[in-house]
Amino acid sequence: MYEITEKVELSHTVYYFKVRAPLIAKKRKAGQFVVLRLNEAGERIPLTIVDSDEKQGTIGLIVQEVGKTTAMLGRMGVGDNILDVVGPLGRPTHIENYGIAVCVGGGIGVAPVLPIAVAMKQAGNKVISIMGARNKGLLILEKEMRQTSDELHITTDDGSCGHHGFVTQVLSRLIDEGVKIGCVVGIGPVPMMKAVANVTRPHNILTYVSLNPIMVDGTGMCGACRVSVGGKVRFVCVDGPEFNGAEVDFDELILRNRSYLKEEKMAMEEAMYHEGTRCYEGGSKG
Amino acid sequence: MDANEVRERMKIPRQAMGEQPPLERVRNFFEVPLGYTEADAVKEAQRCIQCKKPLCVGGCPVNIDIPWFIRLIAEGKFVEAARKLKETNTLPAVCGRVCPQEDQCERVCIIGKKGEPVAIGRLERFAADYEREHDAAMLPDIPSWTGRKVAVVGAGPAGLTVASDLVRKGHKVTVFEALHTPGGVLMYGIPEFRLPKKIVQSEVEFLKRMGVEIVLNAVVGKLETIDELLSNGYDAVFIGSGAGLPNFMNIPGENLAGVYSANEYLTRVNLMKAYQFPEYDTPVIRGRKIVVIGAGNTAMDAARTALRLCPDEVSIVYRR
Ligand SMILES: Cc1cc2nc3c(=O)[nH]c(=O)nc-3n(C[C@H](O)[C@H](O)[C@H](O)COP(=O)(O)OP(=O)(O)OC[C@H]3O[C@@H](n4cnc5c(N)ncnc54)[C@H](O)[C@@H]3O)c2cc1C
Ligand code: SF4
Ligand code: FES
Repeated sequence: MYEITEKVELSHTVYYFKVRAPLIAKKRKAGQFVVLRLNEAGERIPLTIVDSDEKQGTIGLIVQEVGKTTAMLGRMGVGDNILDVVGPLGRPTHIENYGIAVCVGGGIGVAPVLPIAVAMKQAGNKVISIMGARNKGLLILEKEMRQTSDELHITTDDGSCGHHGFVTQVLSRLIDEGVKIGCVVGIGPVPMMKAVANVTRPHNILTYVSLNPIMVDGTGMCGACRVSVGGKVRFVCVDGPEFNGAEVDFDELILRNRSYLKEEKMAMEEAMYHEGTRCYEGGSKG
Repeated sequence: MDANEVRERMKIPRQAMGEQPPLERVRNFFEVPLGYTEADAVKEAQRCIQCKKPLCVGGCPVNIDIPWFIRLIAEGKFVEAARKLKETNTLPAVCGRVCPQEDQCERVCIIGKKGEPVAIGRLERFAADYEREHDAAMLPDIPSWTGRKVAVVGAGPAGLTVASDLVRKGHKVTVFEALHTPGGVLMYGIPEFRLPKKIVQSEVEFLKRMGVEIVLNAVVGKLETIDELLSNGYDAVFIGSGAGLPNFMNIPGENLAGVYSANEYLTRVNLMKAYQFPEYDTPVIRGRKIVVIGAGNTAMDAARTALRLCPDEVSIVYRR
């Protein structure tokens, strides 16, 4: 059992949790994730580890309610226990001094970007961050991102905060202005990561994206998480989650992530029927 | 045993084991064979002619004293038979069900030279089930601690067996398992209708009672490395992490939604209980038509599972 020791609401339907998992807290590195299962009947879902506190023995997770499991987690609070947490899984982000590192986070994707921005900063990079959301209310971790970035750009789809438009527009502008970008890390909904890779590809800028396929075991045993990268089959849970964005077949990933839309809806309706709770539109999983 | 008795025994036909009728079982996940009754088991056990040089034992990878346990069954000493089995085999209820006896002990059984071999697997299963169902499992004598600690990576049949052998020798054993449940392929691969998960868990419980410690959600290499285990007090490490990783064939369309590796399909259905969706949260695509590529054991498990989830049409495609 893994106890929740802290819970903070970051925006409507987005929560930050601290969970007691001392061994994982000790071992995890930026870019890694855990797989958790809430209860006996629960699904195994991957979540990025956003930070950790070795002394307290806790890891930080940020969760957006998009389906049954995340909605149930959203309703859990301090003192509640998560049945299973396994990690740290995946390979850590490759951190080095690229000179200028641009960290792009879309929506809940800001959560996994933050630890990478922190590590990039520590490695001596000038960190330029671009974070976007549909509207002002959905922006998360703005303060933390500002703290760790030398420059922070905000975009909203509806113009309620920062640049009115998309993160890719700001990225293009930086490139056009001649900023000597050494590396881009882009994390968010798959279409956003695809757009980021499309912007940087013609300029040959090294671009990492962190993929979020459906997973089952998270240990390389099943192949649920496979993606095509540079024409080869790779398993995101063991070979990733980060890959060179220029080589990823994003369209394939989008299709694979839609495998269970019908079932996810059914599971949510079931849960609502039994518990009389709120329901949210599906989106990308953190 | 004199020649007359041998002749008499050889006249007994191999005892059939009851099973769910085909049209019924394709609609459920309950175990297909129903197991021997006591009378069936005794009768089948009488078919064994108690060879002086039993070939069957040579065919058994763990050298169970087959004639001995079969004789105990013939004498109605079912619990004693189970104990005999457990001296050399930690998981008789499992092996009695899923071992390929037709390629091992039963293939070389002398009775099989003229007729059908003694049903060693079914008898093994019967004795183990009898002991479990009668709550008669007895802890073996565990010698006092040798002062040694062993870490076992993976709680599949290999890891569990090693753990059992080592605690019986007086070592302390910790098994580290990556998944949330011990059992390895027995839990995530082999379907419920061939090996009920309750049986696997009861065997695991027995190991725990013998003193084996099992740590779940622990991926060795990620949480602690082997070097760290060795420097943190373990004297030895056994790696039983399995070898079964899916191999994709590089054919067009292979990564489309609805294309599964056997491991993913079976893990969803068995470990995550997708056949009980939506009571269990993990889904599996049911579809109307399912094609299974391949025809080995795993393919058969996948096809039989598919038949239960998608009654319209299941086909097996094989290159030979
Ligand atoms: C669908 C299917 C059906 C089968 N049917 C039969 C059958 O009927 N009869 C038969 O004889 N054989 C059968 N087999 C083969 C049989 O299952 C294997 O031979 C057997 O499971 C191997 O056991 P194992 O303990 O070595 O590995 P596994 O059962 O694979 O167990 C390995 C365990 O190690 C864990 N692990 C892996 N890496 C780590 C790590 N780093 N840290 C911690 N834990 C880790 C895994 O999660 C797993 O639980 C079947 C196999 C499959 C896939
Ligand atoms: S070979 Fe067959 S008959 Fe002989 S001891 Fe073994 S099981 Fe009995
Ligand atoms: S989630 Fe099963 S192999 Fe990656």
